[in-house]
Amino acid sequence: MGLLTFKGGIHPEDGKTLAKDQPIKELLPGNELVYPLSQHIGAPAVPIVKKGDSVLKGQKIADAAGFVSAPVYASVSGTVKGIEKRFSPTGVKTECIIVENDHAYTEVVYSPVKSFEELSREEVIKKIQEAGIVGMGGAGFPTHVKLSPKDADKIEYIIANGAECEPYLTADYRSMLEHTEEIVSGMRIVLSLFKNAKAIFGVEDNKMDCVAKLKEAIKDEPRMEVMALQTKYPQGAERQLIHALTKRSLNSTMLPADVGCIVDNVETFESIHKAVIEGKPLFERVVTVSGDAVLNPANFKVLLGTNHRELIEKAGGFKEWPEKIISGGPMMGFAMPVLDAPVTKTSSGVLAFLKDEIKKDAPSACINCGRCVEVCPSRIIPSRLADLAQRNEEERFISMNGLECVECGSCSYVCPAKRQLKQAIGSMRKIALANKKKK
Amino acid sequence: MNEKLNISSSPHVRDKITTNKIMLYVLIGLMPATIFGIYNFRNEHAWILVLVTTFTAVLSEYLYERLMHKPITIGDLSAAVTGLLLALNLPPTLPVWMGALGSVFAIVVVKQLFGGLGQNFMNPALAARCFLLISFTGRMTYFVYDGITGATPLAKLKAGETINTFDMMVGTIRGTIGETSMFAIIIGACFLLLMGVIDLRIPGTYIVTFVIFISIFGGHGFDPQFITAHLCGGGLMLGAWFMATDYVTSPITKTGQILYGICLGLLTGLFRLFGGSAEGVSYAIIISNLLVPLIEKITLPKPFGKGGERV
Repeated sequence: MGLLTFKGGIHPEDGKTLAKDQPIKELLPGNELVYPLSQHIGAPAVPIVKKGDSVLKGQKIADAAGFVSAPVYASVSGTVKGIEKRFSPTGVKTECIIVENDHAYTEVVYSPVKSFEELSREEVIKKIQEAGIVGMGGAGFPTHVKLSPKDADKIEYIIANGAECEPYLTADYRSMLEHTEEIVSGMRIVLSLFKNAKAIFGVEDNKMDCVAKLKEAIKDEPRMEVMALQTKYPQGAERQLIHALTKRSLNSTMLPADVGCIVDNVETFESIHKAVIEGKPLFERVVTVSGDAVLNPANFKVLLGTNHRELIEKAGGFKEWPEKIISGGPMMGFAMPVLDAPVTKTSSGVLAFLKDEIKKDAPSACINCGRCVEVCPSRIIPSRLADLAQRNEEERFISMNGLECVECGSCSYVCPAKRQLKQAIGSMRKIALANKKKK
Repeated sequence: MNEKLNISSSPHVRDKITTNKIMLYVLIGLMPATIFGIYNFRNEHAWILVLVTTFTAVLSEYLYERLMHKPITIGDLSAAVTGLLLALNLPPTLPVWMGALGSVFAIVVVKQLFGGLGQNFMNPALAARCFLLISFTGRMTYFVYDGITGATPLAKLKAGETINTFDMMVGTIRGTIGETSMFAIIIGACFLLLMGVIDLRIPGTYIVTFVIFISIFGGHGFDPQFITAHLCGGGLMLGAWFMATDYVTSPITKTGQILYGICLGLLTGLFRLFGGSAEGVSYAIIISNLLVPLIEKITLPKPFGKGGERV
């Protein structure tokens, strides 16, 4: 049997050896923690503390603004210094709650449960919602929304995304190795919500040690399975992952639930375990610090709100000031305009590079080589769509299936003319989707 | 410390392949045929025509861009590829100035006037060849080998004369500078296949379609000698591996490439068997070039998950 995969995709240099063998280390933050109100898809959270208030570690400081939203919790004890605009890791200034750390880490008293079986379905989802859990792979979609499909009986697969197809990132890899039990426990909880579903852990085959570890952990779980996937980018993109594991295909107008699937990142399952069993909200995550500019690449367990600068310092600092710093992976991450930005629920890594690869190549004319078509997992024609986008031909852009783009960036990666295909298509897509909503 | 950082849209890493490298690979891929041609037609001093034609192509691109105040792009090597391809498509005895004129036509009229690299709708080298063929029919169809003038094997085949297919495979026959040796062309093509510059979709369907067509309509049935002669004769090999595969003038969609290959096979067969001349590859390719937008339109790929079943 061939390995599970999708059509298209690329094989970028994976750079994972830099941080792969570094066990997760706890990192304590400095004096100031910054909590953006918008760390998820949906309405920004609403602050429920004000300047001068003292807060405890694990205390809610901002409440969800509606169903598609998520609350924010303090990760340290201390005093609220204010609510102001600060840079987020994605490079935009956004409203943040600033907390002065008293370094006492006094925690609120959680209410753990012995077993999730004593909770009702609604109680479990409520706990996940209240804990502020969102997709931790990068998109940040509130998890309780995913877990509340129209018809729960129609869900057949709960997929734990352990592909980690982004180069350099090893946070999920370390979590799967070191927090296997918690991840499986999180899956057990989610599985209990869907009686017709079975669980699949999808892991790329460059992490066979994780596959073995997970297989061992689920050997007494009849409804769970671990599947190795071909190592190829973007194997961990939701639609591609669903296709590789279940052979079901969904397009841009569908949700995973439409094909009977729910997908969440492995670390999200770990957070679900903490929220439901230990009663702890989401205030920490694992972050990879890597790249050729970092002295000692590492994987840290970081309290949310910690400044990226502290992560770099704890990783030995920079060899030299880098040309580029990326929040997330090199394929879909964001170039940070400033280093001083907080770790959020969706920060999977921070990568620093001595040389910016993009700077050296100026885009040139398209020679129609078709490499972008070859690699496009959405099977559209990136080069033509980028032309249409640049000419602002919205109608033709839509009729040539531009909205199907998943913005994985494979086209830009392979383009010999170094055109910014994904950027052009992505911008047009945003405009087209916004106009569609208006209608 | 000055904490300046670069920002740009993702992805932040790129494959090592560049347009320049691709063109360089094509030039390398053309070397076996070029070297063989220069050696094969050493009595006719083919090397002069090859050098002048290639150099003129690069020079005309430079001068045009200079005069039009455009960025100079000769460094991408695409003009050199066009010039060399044109040279390989010329008879070794052609006056050098005609080769140079062809290069100017290819670069200025066919390529630059339509917007430069990537914008031409027709293969510049072949368009120039056809331009020369119409303008200087006599010189363009005057073939010499070893000092002896005569018909090309393909023309002999059409006239019903016997030919030596082994000589045709090696290339020790009359023809244009780069088209005669099937072996040399195949060696270069294998290099391009290995480097991932071309794939089998276009040349494969082209050759298969052509073989089927001449087996049916050639009047010889499935005669290996007749087929081999047709495959090795004329510009079919050079055309199928190096010119039909030109990115700019072939369809970008995979199904489109197959359709395009079929078109080429049918047209070449038609022109060779029923046309006035023994040749047909150049016209088949430039006519198929014109069909590319239509082919792409009907072969727009179905996006992933379109029409996907909801459960």
